[in-house]
Amino acid sequence: MSRSLDAPKTPAEALAARLSERFGEKLDCRIAVGQVTAELAAEDLVEVCRALRDEPDLRFEQLMDVCGVDYSAYGQADWLTEDASTSGFSRGVSAGSYRETTPEGGPDRSAPDRSPPGRSRFAVVYHLLSVTHNRRLRLRAYAEGDPPCIASLIDLWPSADWFEREAFDLFGILFEGHPDLRRILTDYGFIGHPFRKDFPLEGNVEVRYDPEQERVIYQPVTIENRVLVPKVIRHDYPVPGTSTGTKADA
Amino acid sequence: MPEIRNMTMNFGPQHPAAHGVLRLVLEMDGEVIERADPHIGLLHRATEKLAESKPYNQSIGYMDRLDYVSMMCNEHAYVLAIERLLGIEPPIRAQYIRVLFDEITRILNHLMWLGAHGLDIGAMTVFLYCFREREDLIDCYEAVSGTRMHATYYRPGGVYRDLPASMPQYQPTTFRSHKEVERLNDNRRGSLLDFIDDFAERFPACVDEYETLLTDNRIWKQRTVGIAVVTPERALALGFTGPMLRGSGVAWDLRKKQPYAVYDRLDFDIPVGVNGDCYDRYLVRIEEMRQSTRLIKQCIAWLRENPGPVIVSDHKLVPPPREVMKADMEALIHHFKLFTEGYCVPEGEVYCAVEHPKGEFGIYLVSDGANKPYRLKVRAAGFAHLAAMNELVRGHMLADVVATIGTMDIVFGEIDR
Repeated sequence: MSRSLDAPKTPAEALAARLSERFGEKLDCRIAVGQVTAELAAEDLVEVCRALRDEPDLRFEQLMDVCGVDYSAYGQADWLTEDASTSGFSRGVSAGSYRETTPEGGPDRSAPDRSPPGRSRFAVVYHLLSVTHNRRLRLRAYAEGDPPCIASLIDLWPSADWFEREAFDLFGILFEGHPDLRRILTDYGFIGHPFRKDFPLEGNVEVRYDPEQERVIYQPVTIENRVLVPKVIRHDYPVPGTSTGTKADA
Repeated sequence: MPEIRNMTMNFGPQHPAAHGVLRLVLEMDGEVIERADPHIGLLHRATEKLAESKPYNQSIGYMDRLDYVSMMCNEHAYVLAIERLLGIEPPIRAQYIRVLFDEITRILNHLMWLGAHGLDIGAMTVFLYCFREREDLIDCYEAVSGTRMHATYYRPGGVYRDLPASMPQYQPTTFRSHKEVERLNDNRRGSLLDFIDDFAERFPACVDEYETLLTDNRIWKQRTVGIAVVTPERALALGFTGPMLRGSGVAWDLRKKQPYAVYDRLDFDIPVGVNGDCYDRYLVRIEEMRQSTRLIKQCIAWLRENPGPVIVSDHKLVPPPREVMKADMEALIHHFKLFTEGYCVPEGEVYCAVEHPKGEFGIYLVSDGANKPYRLKVRAAGFAHLAAMNELVRGHMLADVVATIGTMDIVFGEIDR
């Protein structure tokens, strides 16, 4: 950031400098891959967004996207576990058991919460676009509490309506002030929030027609998640010598 | 006097004009829509969650299946996002091939849209005409990738292989005589580029045919003029992109404003509408087909002149050629690592958007340095458009709902994901 305040060169640096000048401590701007990411506290969200939309030299007319992110398994590779099974199709890998507790009392994946310390597990990422100035900005705010809760932006951008419903449906993030926070993508009567990292990939229930009861029934899933390629984190990136490629900070 | 109440009507999901699996709950006062509540998610396949469980390359095929009428444009956004995080640039020939196929895809998409939209509001012939031309373009997909729809042709670092030197030929069957086959194979004697060139030559005349059927057609105008009008300000606030935004008169096109691949080297125009109604959006899309033809011609001219590699040669990212692999130990190791583990992408996040035929198609990719995405979010253009359904159809008649769905160019693969 200090670099960009002196002599803004790229459009991203100019925007970051402008934002930190206007909002000061409220926005924590970072530039990566030529894109500006600004983190802000959830309580400042509406106020900052209103300024971002209305002030003539910012003018972010469009809210392009709202995306929930669950950081609870961030940076956690499958090989790092100690209590993974030693048999079965996915042996040596624990990702087959993303559920909170397996029926046999197996690995409990909900415990190692690797989200940044002192931060909430869930973040909401907003992508803004200014048609006037041809600029993009990414905002990230952490949704605090249990259930996670954050202010709705529906009064500022009507396009937030369905995007927030989606984040609620998939992550269980509540948007305060949203008039119609219903599930949107999952089935009627669905239980749980499927994009949370502790929700199993294969789901919890399956649907079939039961010829004896002569109706469609829900039953616990009978399929098993097979991990063909375990998640692995390496720092020998394929492209040597690029600016983004060789940073290994972990 | 019986009490008169609003009626709630269920439109879809099994309705030919619902373009797939849209369930619309309509609250009607007589034949006038009071409120429309689209229920989506009937085609939800959790693509984003599935992508989190797979190495990067294995999800390219999922991208085809998002918007399944503009397959390669979806792939383009996805591979661009990976390339940005990896910090690599595909060879220039690969970028031209991508633009060529993006524009072929745009025509494919608009033909599908025009046919279906026409059919929905009472124009049968145009549907048949559109599918005639779609067939040729799908053949191009087949020639280059081996599949007619879900190509998986774009790869991080380039495209899977170079354009083929010959087109597949029709074979005589019991139903097709030699003479008929001769006629069908007439423009397939040369390379794929010759075939596309021939297509680009005759396609403008085909667009003229569609326009003859529709542009001044009284019924067509009655069904589209003044329907689902959106002001430019409202279109921006509602998150509209692509032809839905340009139809309202906002000259915004990512190919011009935030160029990717080689769009900044090519010459084309951005059509915009004036009134923001269904008819203007129709005109915008028709003109986009003509502009795409222009772009295709420029790409063909460049590709003929400039042979070269079509994918980066870094074998940590791209598998080595089969022959090399048989003799070279290192190549074999690269192949093994790539297919059993994939490649790790540096920690970071990126949002990459392309001008998809339907609007802005964006991929937001969060990587924690692993061989799989940590979070992948697909920003589908149609999602924002359909969200405005209630606002667009309120006060219109029931039949206009069909025209509105048609003008949005809805495909549920990308909306439900």
